[in-house]
Amino acid sequence: MRITCPNCGQRDLREFTYMGHAVALNRPAADADLAQWDDYLHNRDNPAGPTDELWYHGAGCTAWLKVRRDTVTHVISDAWLVMPPSKGVK
Amino acid sequence: MRFSGLRVITEALRGNKSWTPHWRNPEPKAHYDAIVIGGGGHGLATAFYLAENHGLRNVAVLEKGYLGSGNIGRNTTIVRANYGLPGNSEFYSHSLKLWEGMEGALNYNVMHSQRGIINLFHSDGQRDAYARRGNAMINQGDDAFLLDREGVRKILPYLDFDNTRFPIYGGLYHPRGGTARHDAVAWGYARGADKRGVDLIQNCEVTGIDVDNGKVVGVQTTRGAIRAPKVGIVVAGRSSQVAAMAGMRLPIESHILQAFVTEGLKPVIDHVVTFGAGHFYISQSDKGGLVFGGDLDYYASYAQRGNLPIAEHVIEAGMTLMPMIGKAKLLRSWGGIMDMSPDGSPIIDKTHIDGLYLNCGWCYGGFKAVPASGWCMAHLMATDTPHEVARGYRLDRFATGRGLMDEEGTGSQHNLH
Ligand SMILES: Cc1cc2nc3c(=O)[nH]c(=O)nc-3n(C[C@H](O)[C@H](O)[C@H](O)COP(=O)(O)OP(=O)(O)OC[C@H]3O[C@@H](n4cnc5c(N)ncnc54)[C@H](O)[C@@H]3O)c2cc1C
Ligand SMILES: [Zn+2]
Repeated sequence: MRITCPNCGQRDLREFTYMGHAVALNRPAADADLAQWDDYLHNRDNPAGPTDELWYHGAGCTAWLKVRRDTVTHVISDAWLVMPPSKGVK
Repeated sequence: MRFSGLRVITEALRGNKSWTPHWRNPEPKAHYDAIVIGGGGHGLATAFYLAENHGLRNVAVLEKGYLGSGNIGRNTTIVRANYGLPGNSEFYSHSLKLWEGMEGALNYNVMHSQRGIINLFHSDGQRDAYARRGNAMINQGDDAFLLDREGVRKILPYLDFDNTRFPIYGGLYHPRGGTARHDAVAWGYARGADKRGVDLIQNCEVTGIDVDNGKVVGVQTTRGAIRAPKVGIVVAGRSSQVAAMAGMRLPIESHILQAFVTEGLKPVIDHVVTFGAGHFYISQSDKGGLVFGGDLDYYASYAQRGNLPIAEHVIEAGMTLMPMIGKAKLLRSWGGIMDMSPDGSPIIDKTHIDGLYLNCGWCYGGFKAVPASGWCMAHLMATDTPHEVARGYRLDRFATGRGLMDEEGTGSQHNLH
């Protein structure tokens, strides 16, 4: 698997760490009910097919990426920056 | 047909002409008393114990492929009872006892081999953690010995004891642990269930679960609708898809785990050995292949094949521990879909739908669990109450935070186990 990082271009899987489903971006409000927090923390669609995930480019620009990847074929079709690199460039 | 030593000899003398198929290949009936979705180890064992322990014989196992085409035929076959936490510990202890009686109970040779497992440690802290685990195992009534370096050297002389980064300090020895022939476990339970009247329906994918007024009434399949008042979901890596048919969203993420086997060699590794400083464990199959594996690839996947970084890591760890295996040629590698739960422990529970039961979350450790999981799932489906050794495997423990079973102590969150 190779991921095309918007900052760094196409890079080997070894440079990245999988950080779970992109559902993590939709954090409920602090006063949301427990069922919403349970859905956010534990329950997953877990699709067999294209899905959005978070990957951390730890051995590259250190940006968090949202990556669209097919869980059956491992084909990566898109990647976006979720956060700017932790140091330097804004 | 009953198997026996005498039978093997007479058949051999008669040219093996009168062996018969191990199970029937029936057409699905329109109605059953209970349906088990999934013909893997856990589904087949569930059906067997429904018939054997609870007298429920009008039962069907619905399998989308062929029996044993999933993880039951893809794992590295390690059987052990070395869990530390209450909830897991009594369950796996029960499972190991069932393993010890399995061949008699099934009249089937599953090649269960209690060759012993040695978990190596490489630091003082790791030794203390293994001493504690060993005590937990002894407290649950199982066997454990803490070996020092010389104790390990006596039984595993081929290890690199003086590796500069990861010298071997000792090992936790679990003599009753070992391996078994994985396919034979599926076949043995399948044959036993079939003999007791269970219909094993292959090439029958469940495509829908029918619920009426909060009660399950049957399933839709590629071979038509089948009615039943009780349905068990026992589909391991595909749990999320099947549960979604009943409108459920599970605390499960499916991940890939790889395994590797070398060409057949003369006997060289007599035990199961696990490296404590990297992801690597190994045993030798009765055919002679060195069977080894490591950790997950660590991303969600249904591909049943992994990527090279983990293959490289596993093989590097193997070379660090036992440089001699560098001479063996790798024959094959493959992967299976692991139903990972947030705390790394399984779920055997009822659902919010009457008559619908769930068995999943086995992560990378469900082979050893096959007999006890089937035993407890059958108990739950037949009596509507959890079996006492599986009481802790509740579906709601993530929502409530009560009774989490996180053996590794890393947290109850996805991607940590
Ligand atoms: C590489 C590897 C190594 C492992 N090593 C070990 C080990 O050493 N020790 C250990 O204890 N565990 C190990 N495991 C884990 C163990 O194999 C699994 O936890 C266990 O086999 C899962 O339960 P099962 O046998 O019922 O699963 P499976 O055999 O996967 O059964 C599930 C079945 O459900 C069927 N199914 C899915 N969807 C549907 C549908 N819609 N309709 C009908 N049928 C359906 C599938 O086709 C499949 O046959 C390992 C796993 C892998 C992949
Ligand atoms: Zn980058």
